[in-house]
Amino acid sequence: MDEARKERLVKKYARKSDAAGMPGGPGGPGGPGGPGGKGKGPGRRGMPVKKPQNAKAAVGRLFSYLNADMGKLVFVFICVIAGTISSLAGSYMLRPIINGLTQEGGNARKLLYSLLVMAAVYAVGIIAQYLQQRIMIVVSQGAIERIRNELFEKLQKLPVRFYDTNNNGDIMSRFTNDLDAVGDMLNNTVVQIISSVINVVGTFCLMLYTNVWLTIVTVVMVPLMMRAAGFVAMRSRKYYQAQQAALGTLNGYIEETVTGQKVVKVFCHEETAKEEFEYLNYDLRDKQIFAQFFGGIMGPVMGNLSQVSYSLTAMIGGILCVLRGFDIGGLTVFVNYSRQFSRPINELSMQMNTIFSALAGAERVFKIMDEAPETPDGENAVALTPCKGHVVLKDVTFGYNPDKTILKNISLYAKPGQKIAFVGSTGAGKTTITNLINRFYDIDAGSITIDGVDIKDIRRDNLRQNIAMVLQDTHLFTGTIRENIRYGRLDATDEEVVEAAKLASADHFIKRLEHGYDTMIEGDGANLSQGQRQLLNIARAAVSKAPILILDEATSSVDTRTERHIEHGMDRLMAQRTTLVIAHRLSTVRNANAIMVLENGEIIERGDHHELLAMKGRYYELYTGKKELD
Amino acid sequence: MKRYAKYIRPYLYAFILGPIMMLTEVAGEVLLPSFMADIINVGAANHDVGYIVQRGLVMIVTAFIMMAGGVLGAWFSAKAALSFGADLRRDVFEKVQTFSFANIDKFSTGSLVTRLTNDITQVQNVLMMALRMLLRAPGMLVGAVIMAFVMNRSLAAIFLVVMPILALTIGMIIKTAFPRFTLMQVKLDALNTNIQEVLTNVRVIKSFVREDYQKEKFAEANKDLKESGLRAFKVVIFQMPVMMVFMNLTTLLVVWFGGNQILDGSMQVGNLTAFTTYVVQVLMSLMMLAMVLLSSSRAIASLRRINEVLDTQVDLTDEGARYAQAPVKRGRIEFKDVSFRYYKNSEEKVLEDINLTIEPGQVVGIIGSTGCGKTTLVSMIPRLYDVDEGEVLVDGINVKDYSLKHLREGVGMVLQKNVLFSGTILENLQWGDENASEEEILQVARDAQADVFVKNLAEGYETELGQGGVNVSGGQKQRLCIARALLKKPKILILDDSTSAVDTATESRIREAFSGSLKETTKLIIAQRITSVMEADQIVVLDEGRIVGLGRHEELMEACSAYREIYDSQMKEEVLA
Repeated sequence: MDEARKERLVKKYARKSDAAGMPGGPGGPGGPGGPGGKGKGPGRRGMPVKKPQNAKAAVGRLFSYLNADMGKLVFVFICVIAGTISSLAGSYMLRPIINGLTQEGGNARKLLYSLLVMAAVYAVGIIAQYLQQRIMIVVSQGAIERIRNELFEKLQKLPVRFYDTNNNGDIMSRFTNDLDAVGDMLNNTVVQIISSVINVVGTFCLMLYTNVWLTIVTVVMVPLMMRAAGFVAMRSRKYYQAQQAALGTLNGYIEETVTGQKVVKVFCHEETAKEEFEYLNYDLRDKQIFAQFFGGIMGPVMGNLSQVSYSLTAMIGGILCVLRGFDIGGLTVFVNYSRQFSRPINELSMQMNTIFSALAGAERVFKIMDEAPETPDGENAVALTPCKGHVVLKDVTFGYNPDKTILKNISLYAKPGQKIAFVGSTGAGKTTITNLINRFYDIDAGSITIDGVDIKDIRRDNLRQNIAMVLQDTHLFTGTIRENIRYGRLDATDEEVVEAAKLASADHFIKRLEHGYDTMIEGDGANLSQGQRQLLNIARAAVSKAPILILDEATSSVDTRTERHIEHGMDRLMAQRTTLVIAHRLSTVRNANAIMVLENGEIIERGDHHELLAMKGRYYELYTGKKELD
Repeated sequence: MKRYAKYIRPYLYAFILGPIMMLTEVAGEVLLPSFMADIINVGAANHDVGYIVQRGLVMIVTAFIMMAGGVLGAWFSAKAALSFGADLRRDVFEKVQTFSFANIDKFSTGSLVTRLTNDITQVQNVLMMALRMLLRAPGMLVGAVIMAFVMNRSLAAIFLVVMPILALTIGMIIKTAFPRFTLMQVKLDALNTNIQEVLTNVRVIKSFVREDYQKEKFAEANKDLKESGLRAFKVVIFQMPVMMVFMNLTTLLVVWFGGNQILDGSMQVGNLTAFTTYVVQVLMSLMMLAMVLLSSSRAIASLRRINEVLDTQVDLTDEGARYAQAPVKRGRIEFKDVSFRYYKNSEEKVLEDINLTIEPGQVVGIIGSTGCGKTTLVSMIPRLYDVDEGEVLVDGINVKDYSLKHLREGVGMVLQKNVLFSGTILENLQWGDENASEEEILQVARDAQADVFVKNLAEGYETELGQGGVNVSGGQKQRLCIARALLKKPKILILDDSTSAVDTATESRIREAFSGSLKETTKLIIAQRITSVMEADQIVVLDEGRIVGLGRHEELMEACSAYREIYDSQMKEEVLA
């Protein structure tokens, strides 16, 4: 493969690398209670470290989720202190024991006595540490549950605009990657920071108490280690970014090729695909090796520098024993301290990544929580009971963005029980009109009334309950077919569900399924054809008793013959309802009371089928196939 | 295990050197405490400063050698694990390239992508960790125990008592934790599915005012997840105090017995210090092993999913082709008693007893309701699926006797669910023929009625298409797909409902172009619109997998009720109007 082609290949898919990201994220098992060791775990994987914008605010807000467990947290805090102190004390107690053994007058009884005290100290430490982790996991999991619930509830309140402008994968990753990172931090990091700090301070004090000169030797090593850590971290970050970019490129390539796999086969393009994949795959590998290498040497470098410090103190301590009469017991505990001293510092520096990505994750979660919800109902909002379904649009103007108007001065009315159809090309604004009537979006100018009441003065839930929608996208929920139909009205009886299915001509195929109405729908209804899913959607709308019905390309995937078969049912469904229909296929809208031809956000023709044909205008051209509908 | 050998062999040196370098580090780690013991036992006891300095320098040098070992170990294990993963990923990708359509249908696209991306990454990560820990943990264990025995046999015996008990306990903990983590993963998947569903269905939820209902459902799934998570983590947390109890107990025992030995003069005090370090090392390495085991559970699940792809039997190959060299020359098609079902054990046949002969250069229309088998029927020609009974012949040769490459080069097919790829329009067209001249490309674009709109784009043929061709309209996309297939200069051209979004006027111009520059090519057209097939030389009417009508338009209007019904459903109103 020549260079130019390689370059193009990378460029083509690199754009998607942001979106591709890396789901999966941090691993679950092995979180708490990992080895204290020297932190030689595998290089941290997951997202590149994005620094939080305002760490302080994020921390404060995150901790507000822990408020409810304040009592428990205080207890955890006490446990951490008790645990750390007892472990420090436990290791210090070796000094008198060893000294007792080397000096005159040592005996087994004294030894036994000291060991018993030591055992008691150990026991306290173990119990404290266990309690601390045990309580903390409950607290942190509880907090995560609360955040998750709150985020979800918030999502339910957000306007459709939010969903139209954010991609699902992105929102999804707030729940997975971001909350995982936050959970990781709450689980381990908080406690670890506290205990590390106490450890460092405590060890330092004990070191000073044991021997000032050796303490100086140890402390001198610290900046050296910091330097080394900085050096490795800088390179690691650089290669990590290169790795992420290459990973995104490869993932983009894989996704597109596998999605188009059938086309690849029809065009015998397998060999080219293999060649391109090979290049991207090994490009990624080369970058990954460097990234993982630098990620992986942090442990050995830092760990062994602390071994150097251990060796230095051993040597100098030995000399001090000879020249200054430093006690052997003191030397023993000191070399242990010199290791202990650098460990929490290492851990803290490694925790920084976790903390940063957790805080950045928390910020992204909070950002959604701070999104403006759908404007609440006004105080005087009314409920239409019963709603007759008289819809009037008057001079409605609307644009998704202020600088681009989609609908201009649209006026129309639909009397109860009437059927109004919209035709026009994609982007003409058909779907937009339906988005406005149920207030997915609010209009910029003009007014929309139902039964004479402006929809802004109708309670939103009441408004939407009175409008049943069948959309072009035929998404279903995991659950049985019966549950999916009942979604239209939760208190519908089984008979009503079957009745609705019959109306939508879905009963026939449902009955032929192995478990009939109890057939489980999985993976968005992959086991049903597109047409069948549309029929289920129609049944779902039929079961609701809403007096207004919106059909947005509701039968686009049903073939003309089947459509003809269900026509009768559809007629019955629409009979008692005010219906707004959008259809690509003009045969579907022929019998509407009025047909609106939309172009560029304006109604350019209106009338019933025969009137419009007689006009020999746009509708006539479309109907006779002279113009293409896109 | 054998199947992975080929991913290891080329990098064998890295697979060996990685762990060995790590062993250098381990060796240093177990040696350092004994040097330390020397300083206390010999140097301090004999007041020998020279000896202390000498030993101290040895220690420092050892520490630097350890660092070199660790760094090199990290390099080799990264190299080994990532190369292993890259090769594995290549093989999975290449396997997918050999998949038949039936294979592709079996795996969903999403799951194939996950296997190629996340699952492989998972395996790489764990493998890398394993390479670093695999020898390290046991090495440290063995090293520390040996050193302990060399120093003091009777004291070291304590390890022999403690270690098996501890190993057993850890084993039991892992065994309890494993299924709990699996369950947690299941709950997590359930929650994620729930979220995904809610996100795609937001309009439905809002229009039926079901927000509260969804909240309840979510809260339930969320609580479920939390509880299963707690159940799993509790076990892991329990591991910690168990370890600590053992570690501290062992330390106490060592100090007690060791102390007594020092008191009666049979042991030196420096050795006691070294011993306490060994206690920590031995227990830590056991703990690390437990960690590796726990995290490997995920990798094993990933590996299983990857193997599912690699182990898939490709049910359609050209290995037995008898005329592997023969290209498709004329484009005569013959179906002889063809039957087909999607699943071997399903009752219902998708196609039944199809007999059909198509002469070179003919235009054949295929029509029928959704799910009646139109797409399946034409898929038999380029062997996207294999017949269950009967045979399909192209130019008198069974399609199974062609090489797939020659067969598919001879048959151009525009799929119903067609895809354009990222890249320019030109690049997309070149899929048909990479070496096509500019003149040829312009010609097919004109034939497919794509030339005019492409030229009207600001960058013409160099216009970048987003993934899936998002920046052209449905009808334009279909025309590009047709042009792409035309560039192959196929002997047989199949259009599977590929002009549904094209207006009738343009469509008839495309058909005109066909009868001009593609006169020799056999053309099969599947359509919903009856006007698309009305003028064909032969029209096939399919119903529930059977041919219920065959002939020209006028003949079918006379003889075939199904055809008439379709005609009426589309034309009646128009005639009235």
